[in-house]
Amino acid sequence: MPDHVHTSAEDEHDSAYAGLLVNDAHWAFGTDFEDPLAGVDTTIPEGIDAPTLAAYALMLGDDSLVMSHRIAEWTSNAPDLEDDIALSNIALDLLGQSRLLLARAAKADDSVVPALPEGSPAPPEDALAFFREAHEFRNVRFAEVVNGDFAEATVRVLLFSVWRLAVWERLRASTDHVLSAVAVKGVKELTYHRDYAARWFVTLAQGTEESRSRLLAALDELWPLWPELFDTHPVEAAAAASGVGVDPATVREAAEAVLDQVLTAADVPRPEVARRSGVLGRTGRDGMHGEALSRMLAEMQSVARAHPRGQW
Amino acid sequence: MSNLSAEGGHGAVPLAGVPTGVDVPAPEPEWPLYEVFVRGKRGLNHVHVGSLHAADDRMALLHARDVYTRRNEGVSIWVVRADAITASSPDEKDPMFAPSGDKVYRHPTFYDIPDNVPHI
Repeated sequence: MPDHVHTSAEDEHDSAYAGLLVNDAHWAFGTDFEDPLAGVDTTIPEGIDAPTLAAYALMLGDDSLVMSHRIAEWTSNAPDLEDDIALSNIALDLLGQSRLLLARAAKADDSVVPALPEGSPAPPEDALAFFREAHEFRNVRFAEVVNGDFAEATVRVLLFSVWRLAVWERLRASTDHVLSAVAVKGVKELTYHRDYAARWFVTLAQGTEESRSRLLAALDELWPLWPELFDTHPVEAAAAASGVGVDPATVREAAEAVLDQVLTAADVPRPEVARRSGVLGRTGRDGMHGEALSRMLAEMQSVARAHPRGQW
Repeated sequence: MSNLSAEGGHGAVPLAGVPTGVDVPAPEPEWPLYEVFVRGKRGLNHVHVGSLHAADDRMALLHARDVYTRRNEGVSIWVVRADAITASSPDEKDPMFAPSGDKVYRHPTFYDIPDNVPHI
């Protein structure tokens, strides 16, 4: 070896990637994929009703899972490579949140986990994701709407992250250690999602006639499902009362104020579109979903269901 | 594109008030290129790690975060439009760099550097 070749030690300060493999502590939940809650105190604190905790974690987990899948459908379809990576990143953040939340639901009350065939290696969070029917999902209907164009993706990520960030900022104070830890991690992720979407929102609104009209159309399209995000389901009320969760109605004002800032910066008026009513008063949180979710799940779950004993 | 207007000498085609698209500037075919610099640790320099396309400066920063710091590589990012960089040309290599080769007195090789002083 010629003596002018640098050793890796000498070169370390030239590489932005130096120390990459020795910084495992930076990963809040580790880098392996064994137990997503490893290292977190998963005992259920005194005074918390386990079934309520499980039902509440399921709602939050389903929101992220369904939203994640919709955004992941953009992979390889975004207008530019850089936005493709950005949207994939957002989808992966949400998937990570979902995994922790579904695992928490299963740990709190294993009766929510569907029974799998003998010998299936699927962990409980996978059983929840891949072996429930649409009516068993508790996500808000906003998350499941079929994708539109890039303006629609922008509005979708903006509204979703504005709402979710307002809820999760308070969820950090949850009396459940796991939900609190998930929220602390999630708030950083959601802040980025909101920033990314808000910037595109203003850019498209102030861009060309075409981009503005597409953005306004997307806003009108999604707006009817916005109020549902702030409805209080009995499970959320019970979770909030016991200190585990957050009543979304209490963050409406804060969320609307943030959204108004973005609308003002973009010079976009608040849409005047009526909210979409539930079916006999039931909405996403009650398991009442549109056909869109069934179709999405059919695709998302097909491989896992065809091979329930499959090892990945 | 060649000038197809009457003034361009291609016959009396009246263009005034007609949306022909001739005078509309073509949209930029591609977003501008940005160079990305990441500082890996506190106390070290920003190092060039690559480039990307972005719609504007701030968006370039967000994209750089997604593309180049996915695995905890950085604590700080700089982005700069590639067309704002003035670079030396390979043709100038000899006049620019060769003369320093034999000037040993420019290298701090006559000092003993203590072992506990890093990054010199």
